[in-house]
Order: sequence, then structure tokens, then C-alpha cells
Amino acid sequence: MTLFKEYILPRLVQWILVIFIGVTVTFLIPRLSPVNPVDQALGRMTAFQTLSPEATLELRQSLLDLYGLEGSLLDQYLNFWKRVLRADLGPSFTSFPMTVNAIIGNAIWWTVGLLGTTVVLSWILGVILGGLAGYFRNRWWSQLLENTLIIIYPIPYYIVAFVLLMIFAYYFPIFPLVGGARGTPSFSWSYLSSLLEHAFLPALSIILGATAFRFIMSKALASTEVSSDYVQYAEMASLPRRRILFSYVLRNTMLPQVTDLGLSLGAIFEGALITEFVFGYPGLGSALYVAIVSADYNLIMGIALLSIFGIATASLLVDLTYPLLDPRVRYR
Amino acid sequence: MVVIRDLLRFSPSFRVGALILVVVLALVVLSFFSPYAPDDRRVVPRNQPPSQEYLLGTTSTGQDVFWMLTYAVRNTLIIASIAVLIGRSIGVLLGMISGYLGGTFDRTISSVVDTFIVIPRLPLVILIAAILRGQLSFIGLGLLLGLLDWAYPSKRYRSQILSLREREFTYTGIYAGMGTFKIVTREHLPFLIPFLMADVVSGFLFAIGFEVTLAVLGLGDLNTQTVGTMIYWGNYYQALLTNRTWVLIAPIAASVLTVVGFYLVSLGLGNYLDPRTRLLRLQVQG
Repeated sequence: MTLFKEYILPRLVQWILVIFIGVTVTFLIPRLSPVNPVDQALGRMTAFQTLSPEATLELRQSLLDLYGLEGSLLDQYLNFWKRVLRADLGPSFTSFPMTVNAIIGNAIWWTVGLLGTTVVLSWILGVILGGLAGYFRNRWWSQLLENTLIIIYPIPYYIVAFVLLMIFAYYFPIFPLVGGARGTPSFSWSYLSSLLEHAFLPALSIILGATAFRFIMSKALASTEVSSDYVQYAEMASLPRRRILFSYVLRNTMLPQVTDLGLSLGAIFEGALITEFVFGYPGLGSALYVAIVSADYNLIMGIALLSIFGIATASLLVDLTYPLLDPRVRYR
Repeated sequence: MVVIRDLLRFSPSFRVGALILVVVLALVVLSFFSPYAPDDRRVVPRNQPPSQEYLLGTTSTGQDVFWMLTYAVRNTLIIASIAVLIGRSIGVLLGMISGYLGGTFDRTISSVVDTFIVIPRLPLVILIAAILRGQLSFIGLGLLLGLLDWAYPSKRYRSQILSLREREFTYTGIYAGMGTFKIVTREHLPFLIPFLMADVVSGFLFAIGFEVTLAVLGLGDLNTQTVGTMIYWGNYYQALLTNRTWVLIAPIAASVLTVVGFYLVSLGLGNYLDPRTRLLRLQVQG
């Protein structure tokens, strides 16, 4: 019971707090802006046609209803919460009869597929390569690997993606320029292979950056482990090096790495905005971009809420699994 | 000065990074001697490839890419500096206050900080930038980025202060009758400065990355030359499809150089500050 009271309860409170602040911020930001979305929408509608004053007023009223801008700020806030709790984010403004939920529902699988695979792949790659480079510090290949990845790591992601696109889709058109797949969805070879072909460049761009980050972290963790006594002891006992690295060194670095994996998986719902924008990949990021360009506030808020919820929940789950991984927390 | 000399001598990554940053700074200085104003269009023949006269070629709107780039690097660095200045000020202040005061105040601040760390920043920035579209000047962009990048540094400063507060010299100071303010500014701040320097670099990386990202999405201040807006306009005028890649390569190379330079400098600093390597160095000197 003390575990619950001292460990789990504060985490739950934190989770609620994060979501509360996140929702409040997403609620307040559009309302603090000097631009009134209703007037903006009205401006767009009346730009190409003239409306009678009565019709404009009526339109304005219905838009106010639609945006949830009726009543005082507090009323709006409470209504907003009601909609959030019902997970009903209202209609999208640009593709009107479609609800925000439907748009997100269509897009989310592309994003989850792409990011889920790449996050896990780059995690495994980064941990193993980083461990190897940390253990065999003075080999030429580990130095080469480190220097390459250190230069890739700080480069803004957009630049990495764009350069890849320039080289492999434009100058050497090996991979397609835009899209998620060709043909109708089915379990046929042609559809699945086109799926892979379209996902290759976006995936590569994500894996490059994420692996570099994971490599640096893993190498730093492994280096501190390698200098500890137990590794020297194991080496003196002439245990196979592979066993020392994988069963002892890497295992001891797992705790922060697993935590971080959980957080990156939670960040998936943020969408790979830049990836999907650069490669024209259909997904949450593309949906968000379209929403931004067309000032579709409901859709923007929907995706922002989803990402806040995703990452808050992931960090909660990570915290809750901590006692399973780390006995020190369990027996405190 | 001794520190910098040591770093230049012993740390190859610091040496290369410093060299790159000097080149970048030279570009910034050159921007003050540019023959053209940043917004002057049609001053040179359009769409010229790089040549002796136009070092990096010219754009579709008749601007010289090289001189444009000097302005762009300057403005991007200004944005990043504002962001770093604001973010670190908030971070240091909050971290120090909550570290010293402790108690309920510390718990409240810490949970707010933990919350802010978790909230995803990119969608938030995009939401704000989308709403303020066209009204966000490049100074405003710097402010915005700064206001989003303080939570993580503040957490680190807090833990630093917590450990400093328990050191012996703090108690000595208290018994000698120094006020808290004096202890903080005279005794503890010098310990934080190295961390601050490494942290400033990571702030620069964050701000430059976000500036480029926002600008290529068309959400920055598109009338100001920055590295990001140069890429945006290059794409806008179809530089890739019309084979005028020099318009794109210049800002891409500039941004890569800048961030790699900063990062290498911070690597060198980080190694230098690491207590274990520091002990090794002291032994060598002693």
C-alpha cells in the first residue's frame, strides 16, 4: 500500500495535471489571439459572394455555435471540457461534414505504422551500435561511426529529410516523390511492396536522426559501465566478450533506455509533421499541416490534444512500469 | 582565457567547432558590409548559377544568394540568441529559487516544470504560429521559442543548486555572516556558469532547428531573411524542379555548418567539464 500511496498516486496526479494544463493551454491560445476565427471564416466566405446583412449575422451566429465561442470565457471553457471528455471534437472546417474524429481516424494508422516501426528499429540499432562503440572504444570503426553520427545528430531534421528527398527521389529517382501507397488496399504483393517503397525514404530519414541520438546516449551509458569493476572482473575471468557486452553491460544500461523508448512511443501521436510534410506521406502530420494552412482550428486542437494525451499517458505508463524493472524503486 | 587555450589544445572537437563558428561569425560580420539591402529585389540578373561575380549564384527575384545568406545567418542567430536568453533566464531563475526555497514552493514549481517538459512543443508552437500568422515578427519568434524552452534547463539547475547548497563552503559562508543573496551570487553562480555554457549551446540547437522548421512550413516571418525562409522561398520558386539548387544548397549548408559547429564546441566543453576527465587532466598537470 505504501507503494501505491508514495509512488503510484503522485504519478496519477501528475498525469491528470499534465492533461489539465495541456487542455487549458490548447483552449486559451486560440482565444488569446487577436485574430477572431469566426470573422476570419466569415471573411473567407464573403470574399467571393455578397450576403445580405441578416444572412451574415445568422452565419456568424452558427459559426459561433460551431466554434464553441458562445457565452462567457468560463462557459466556453466548461463546454470545451465536456467535448474533450466525450472525445467529440466537432466538425472540421475545411472538409465540413467530416468530423475531426473521422479525419484523425483515417490518418492515424499511417503515422502509427511509420513511426512505430522506425522508433523501435532505431532504438534497437542505436542501443546495440552505441554499446559496441562504448565497449570497443579504440577501434577504428567505432571512431568512424561516432564521428559520422555526431555530425548527423545536431542537423535540423527537416534538412536531413529534404536532402534525402533531393538525392533519392529527384536526382536518382529510386523512390517515389509523394504518397503512401499505390492501388487499393489489399493483401497483394503489388500493394504491400508499394507500401514499403513509399515508406522507405521517410523511414530512413527518421531512423538516421533517431539512431544518432540513441547511439550517443547508449555509448555514454555503456562507457560508464565498461569502466566499472565488474566488467574488469568479467574480463579477467575471460568470459566471452559478446556475453560481457550483451548480458552485463547493455543490460545495465536498459533502465533509462526503456524509459526513453516508452516516451518516444508516446510522442508518436504528435505525428511526424515534418516527415510527412516533406515526403507527402498521408498521416497525422499531413493532416495537421493542411489544418494549419487552412486555419482549421478544430482539427489543429484535436491533434494537439491527442499528442498531449499520448505523451502524458506514455510517461505515466513508463513511470508505473519502473518498479517492475528497477527493484530499488519496488523495495524502497 | 586559459580554459579556451586548453580546450583548443586538447580537444579536437572544440577546435573544429570553434573554427566553424568563426566562419559563421565572419558571415554575420560581412552582412554589415553587404552592397544590397536585405529586401532589395531585382538588383542582380535573375537565376544566375554561382560564378566569380555572384559567389553563390542569384535567386529568381534577383537577389545575390551570398549576401542574402549573410543576412539570413545573422537573423537566425538573433532569433536563437533571443530564445536562448529568455529560456535560460527563466530556467536559471526558477531553478535557483525553487532549489533554495524548497518546501511547498519547490514542490509546486517542480510539478509545473515536470508538466511542461512532457507537453509536446512542436504542435504547440505550430498552433501559436498558425494563429499569429503574418503578425509574428522574427523577434517575436525568438520570444516564443524562448518561452517554450526553459523547463528542462530549470530542472537541471535546481538539482545543481540542491547539491551546492549542501557543500561545506556554503555553511562556512553562512557562519561567516554572508547573506543568502551574496552566497548565491558570489559562491554558487560561478559553479553554474560552465553548465550554463553547455546549456546555451543546446538552446541554440533547439532554436535554430525550430526556426528552420517553422519557416519551411511557411509559419515564420517570411519577409525577413533567415536560413529557414531562404529555404522556403527557394522551394516556393521551384528551385529544385528548375535545377537552381544553389539557392537551396547555400542555406542548407549554412544551417548544417552552424549547428555542427555549436554541437562540436559543446562536446568539447562537456568533455572538459566532466569531473572524471577533469581529474585526469589535473593529475597530468600536477
